[in-house]
Amino acid sequence: MSLDLVALALLMGAVTYPSRALPILAPGIERLPPRALEYLRLVGPGVLAALAAVSVLVVREGDAAPTLHIGIEFAAVLAGIAVVRWRRNVFLGIAVAVIAVALVRAIAPA
Amino acid sequence: MVVDALGMVVSASAFGLVYGLAARQGGLSIVEMLAMSVFVLAGAAQFAAIGLIAQGVPWLAILLLTALLNARHLLYSAALAPWLAGRRRLLRAAMAHVLTDEAFGLALPLFQRLGRADVPGYWLAASLIVLPWMAMNVVGYVGGQGIPDPGRLGLDVVFPAAMAGLAVGLVTGRRELTAAVVGAAVAVGVGVTLVPAVGIVAGGLLGPLAGLLVPARAAGDAGAAAAGSADHPSPHGDDPQVGLAG
Repeated sequence: MSLDLVALALLMGAVTYPSRALPILAPGIERLPPRALEYLRLVGPGVLAALAAVSVLVVREGDAAPTLHIGIEFAAVLAGIAVVRWRRNVFLGIAVAVIAVALVRAIAPA
Repeated sequence: MVVDALGMVVSASAFGLVYGLAARQGGLSIVEMLAMSVFVLAGAAQFAAIGLIAQGVPWLAILLLTALLNARHLLYSAALAPWLAGRRRLLRAAMAHVLTDEAFGLALPLFQRLGRADVPGYWLAASLIVLPWMAMNVVGYVGGQGIPDPGRLGLDVVFPAAMAGLAVGLVTGRRELTAAVVGAAVAVGVGVTLVPAVGIVAGGLLGPLAGLLVPARAAGDAGAAAAGSADHPSPHGDDPQVGLAG
């Protein structure tokens, strides 16, 4: 069994960990000005929405340049968002999005 | 949090399964695959690494791409930092290692709901992501060939739907809504123009900035605007009456 890539995994972890740990370990972050704390409070919705949007709207095939893709996946995620807003239930929103995509792909395969 | 976590468990399991299958097809041994999940614990970077390893890309390039793909964790860490200030450094260092997209998405709303950091809740959230992820890595590696195409089952939308749903849960006023909408728009614009990972970081940086430009008038914003409100971190507030399941 090969173990050659365990060292690479360790190095990948080593370059990832600082981005996870530096702000959390930084001393005095709780003494930031209120405006800065308010900015950090808004990072949550901003970055999660960014992550969702890129995951569903930006497609990259191999080495090709990224392209905008507006398809059933986007519509399904929007439907999921509406359900989460309505029922306050993330799991239900995910289920609606997955079922919608699976149904459309079953009916009209690409 | 437990109901929200169900969605994250599904998300982590589905991607964990596909990662296990991809790792096998990419020629990794099961130990190498699990080492990636233990030390890196970041799905996008792990998937990218498998492809790059298969193409014979030098390790230095893989490390640079990993750092870029995972730069968004800086934002997660910065957003959680005020809540965790005052906790033991070693504890915070350990918590940082399991700070994934999903763990952040579960932990931040929990902290905001409680008005304080909930360390056991954080570990519960992280466990609900990490354990299914790794278990399904093994399932995908060992028996992945027998599993139908995840795309046919619509599993590729689990992750964006989960992240979008968690973002919706954090929108309590116009500022948060602006941060989310601008963050998404900037991320897509930059992601299409440059690379998706840069788009996510740009959206995560500029969305909140746009949110700050919105006057704090709505109920959710008004509370946030006042320093020391329930929306602001209260690292030493330990209300024993508030439970984990929130």
